Amino acid sequence: MTVRVGDAAQAPPFQRAALPLLEDSQLRKNVRHATGVIQRKRALVAGELSDWQQLRAAASAIKQQTLRHLDEYLLRFEAACVAAGGQVHWARDADEANAIVLALIRSQNASEVVKIKTMTSDETGLNRALEAGGVHPYETDLAELIVQMGEDRPSHIVVPALHKNRSQVREIFREKMGLPGLGDRPEDLTAAARSYLREKFLRVPVAVCGANFLLADTGGVCIVESEGNGRMCLTLPKTLIAIAGIEKVIPSFRDLEVFLQLLPRSATGERMNPYNSIWTGVREGDGPHQFHVVLLDNGRSGILADAEARQTLHCIRCGACLNACPVYRQTGGHAYGSTYAGPIGAILTPQLQQMRHSQSLPYASSLCGACYEVCPVKINIPEVLIHLRGRVVEQSGLSAEAIGMKAMAAVFSSARRLEAAQRLAQRGQWPWVTDGWIRSLPGMFAGWTAVRDLRAIPRQSFRQWWRERQHGR
Amino acid sequence: MAAEAKQQILARIREANERAVRGKETPVPRDYVHSGGLDAASREELFIERLREYDASVTVCASAGLASTIGVLLQDRGWKHVIMAAGFPAAALPFGFEFRQEAEVENSDLDACDAVITGCEVAIAVTGSIVLRHGVGLGQGTRRFTLLPDRHLCVVRAEQLVETVPEAFALLEPFTNDPLTTISGPSATADIEMTRIRGVHGPRFLEVVLVR
Ligand code: SF4
Repeated sequence: MTVRVGDAAQAPPFQRAALPLLEDSQLRKNVRHATGVIQRKRALVAGELSDWQQLRAAASAIKQQTLRHLDEYLLRFEAACVAAGGQVHWARDADEANAIVLALIRSQNASEVVKIKTMTSDETGLNRALEAGGVHPYETDLAELIVQMGEDRPSHIVVPALHKNRSQVREIFREKMGLPGLGDRPEDLTAAARSYLREKFLRVPVAVCGANFLLADTGGVCIVESEGNGRMCLTLPKTLIAIAGIEKVIPSFRDLEVFLQLLPRSATGERMNPYNSIWTGVREGDGPHQFHVVLLDNGRSGILADAEARQTLHCIRCGACLNACPVYRQTGGHAYGSTYAGPIGAILTPQLQQMRHSQSLPYASSLCGACYEVCPVKINIPEVLIHLRGRVVEQSGLSAEAIGMKAMAAVFSSARRLEAAQRLAQRGQWPWVTDGWIRSLPGMFAGWTAVRDLRAIPRQSFRQWWRERQHGR
Repeated sequence: MAAEAKQQILARIREANERAVRGKETPVPRDYVHSGGLDAASREELFIERLREYDASVTVCASAGLASTIGVLLQDRGWKHVIMAAGFPAAALPFGFEFRQEAEVENSDLDACDAVITGCEVAIAVTGSIVLRHGVGLGQGTRRFTLLPDRHLCVVRAEQLVETVPEAFALLEPFTNDPLTTISGPSATADIEMTRIRGVHGPRFLEVVLVR
């Protein structure tokens, strides 16, 4: 078995990859603009729900419960999906998943497929495998189309082309769609994509999608989207293939009432995204005649074996932690060298690869805690980062520094101690702060600020604020 | 080989859980808001406000006036080629217009028509959402029926409108295998500089008639 996460195993260390990106002022401007807009909208609509914290707690508990019985829920999903006319395949790693998908496409004698944005297929390197097998994949999500046509890499898990502005997109479309007169208003660019893709939706016989949620009790699949390209791919082609990580299963249809409140508000700052599709197996006269689900492990079961870090698998890929992260906002996504960027990428990518590659990523953080505060499923990313730093050091032979890290891990191991550490940090860091940005830090963070400035830890952490609010202060 | 992959993955999961599960299992806390506190009038107002924020148009009418309201809308908008979802009540449609039936149309007709008309299963005020259940003859169309056209006219009855997302899910049970689509405003993207553009692939215009 060989686990692969895009090209992460070949990527240079974060600190090195970040340097040229930090010199690219256009890229940094685009990233800051986009993340700033989403962050503000997210804060507004999350703040609107009086039960936001209860929803987060429920979501986190549902995911914990799922992982505890993951084998059972997967089997239940499989049985229900098959009973409804779907077919389920199991893939141990990226190559196995790609081979299954390619064989299914070939069995339909198809040489083209339309695709809905799926980070999982980027993880397995599916497009490259399909092309090597003589099948051309068309990305249909606007941002993914921009990335594909620009021969680029996604830089954000929700808005993969957020590092490109309108005139850069126009250049790509002009050249690749052969539209020399194309304007650069977002309306023009969107209309160009619409007419380019509609013909493909109506003609191409096979679609590939991911899954936001697999429903164990009904065998259903839920896809959350905005543009309608998802609905096109899910209903027009004769054959539909979904590729989904094994952690995407949730116990029941009813649990969607929690996740469909948290996900759109966290991901795009909308109360609800334009379209959600929920379907079960195949339905005569409506949608594909054949439906396949490929359940992908690719290192996930290994993450499950780590008591401290298994919460990584709660992630619903909302991207809120990227938008909130002062490091991501400086560098954009490409520095992480992986399908998964930002704080979630920093913990997910090295773990998927059994900590054998991407060891620099757990250090790509100032541990400010902003990611944890916004995470809708309450993944304590700073705690996991510290734990993984410990593992990196352990693998490279124990050192004094490692003991320091262990101490840090102990500090982060309970919420109260985390607050204490944050308070210390709030006080401790002031000598190095100017205008809310940290220019240089001593000790273990020094390597970091050599790269770029960090945002200061807020004077009052979310937890402090929340507790005070609850006590009516 | 396929069976081997499945057994290996399951074995790895079981082994991992034996090693790394900590603490006792506790029930999922479900103390989030289930039902909202608004009265019917405020609920309708909120729904209308949310739809308008999504650039959807809303017309309110009484049950007895539904057919004439639809007639006025079609006239005003100049929509002539209109297709009704299978099972949509003919009594709700105005005289003097020709409606084609879902069963007799192809993709190309849907692509070229002025609008389609459907009902819905349930609607959610807080999120401005409409939920379609794509069962046979429910008057809500197949999935492609409300996807290929550029305009979707959807009739929502006040008694189908709930305030919160959990209330909607309660009404969607018992679960059947009918596909479901939730629609919150017209199709949209913000992929280019976070500027919201509507109508990428789905209908650009969502026209809601709320029947009190
Ligand atoms: S870790 Fe949390 S905040 Fe980050 S993408 Fe996953 S669910 Fe969203």
